[in-house]
Amino acid sequence: MSQHEHDHHTHAAAASPEITFEHEPAPNTKRIWKTFWILLCLTIAELALGLSHYAFDLHGWILLFLKGGMIILSLAKAVYIVSIFMHLGDEIRNMRLTILVPLLLFIWFILAFLWDGVAWRDLRNRYDKAPPTEQVQPHGEQRPGHLN
Amino acid sequence: MSTHVPAGYKWWTGGKSPYNVSYGKLMMWIFLLSDTFTFGALLISYGTIRVSQNYWPDPNHVFNAFPLMGHANLPLAFVSLMTFILIMSSVTMVLAVHEGHKRNRAGVEKWLLWTILGGSLFLSCQAWEWTHMITGSHSVLIDGKIQEIGATITQNPYGPVVPGMLDSHGHAVTMPGPVGFGGFFFGITGFHGFHVFSGVCLLVLAFFWTRGGRFDRLGHYEMIEKIGLYWHFVDLVWVFVFLCFYLI
Repeated sequence: MSQHEHDHHTHAAAASPEITFEHEPAPNTKRIWKTFWILLCLTIAELALGLSHYAFDLHGWILLFLKGGMIILSLAKAVYIVSIFMHLGDEIRNMRLTILVPLLLFIWFILAFLWDGVAWRDLRNRYDKAPPTEQVQPHGEQRPGHLN
Repeated sequence: MSTHVPAGYKWWTGGKSPYNVSYGKLMMWIFLLSDTFTFGALLISYGTIRVSQNYWPDPNHVFNAFPLMGHANLPLAFVSLMTFILIMSSVTMVLAVHEGHKRNRAGVEKWLLWTILGGSLFLSCQAWEWTHMITGSHSVLIDGKIQEIGATITQNPYGPVVPGMLDSHGHAVTMPGPVGFGGFFFGITGFHGFHVFSGVCLLVLAFFWTRGGRFDRLGHYEMIEKIGLYWHFVDLVWVFVFLCFYLI
């Protein structure tokens, strides 16, 4: 196909006149299938990490490290889906930033709420008493005004 | 503001789009951005409750069943299949979009049908998983008595194991787990499943529109692209549901 024909085709395929250029059609489906294999490999790696804390008894920093690894792999999958499958990587900078910049709120969102959850657990562990399991004193021997 | 604008003024045809996308596609992106925050809020509230508990069930012990495999212990096998189905349906969707750019009606129809099949399979898997969890019976020590319960939004059988206690079948007896587990699991996977269901409905609609020649008459297949964006988003959300409920 000559350059002129290609341009004509691209122009005709544009959904509306305000589109300056189209990033598609791609010449073939090579990039799609490559992305599929990458996503599959990342998922298998995630599963391997997820199952490893079943196969081995992992605790503390190693478990935390493992979970961090799974989060990084998931974020990598998200980047491929958004950038290649949703074509955000092919859009102009204006468009990309409009979608991506608001997502920065998630950094604060996640840190603040998980911090709160941990604080909640610590407070509960410090101040909530376990329900009484041993014999309580008979009523007559309890001093009035005391609930224990 | 009392600026007077002529009736029917076309805001979006005054030259060129500063985003180089059509109005419809931009609005789909804005909707998906808002939906990202909805799912984000749900998953973060789940995380908050989870870290506030001293005990949370290990997904490898909760999600270990597979259809027709009886009581075989197959941790994460079924959810891996579900994840694979959803990734595969994302690929068939992007292939439909690709054929749409080439304005190949038969190709769009073919790949839409595969995507509809993938989405329906995923929903069937989820229906099985929910049924299995709700109707499953686990021996749990409640009020000093061993009771058989499944996982619902009000009860969670996946608590810590009671040391040295076995039920009449010789299985370990557990304490009730944190009650928030079921609410978050069924709430979030249910909300995601609702998105998949809506996506399948849109894909069926798109299939009949394609077959009826609607997009050939319009001269472009942009509707397939917009539905495709939604479909990929559903796959994207699953990446994080999979991470938060099944892996971590």
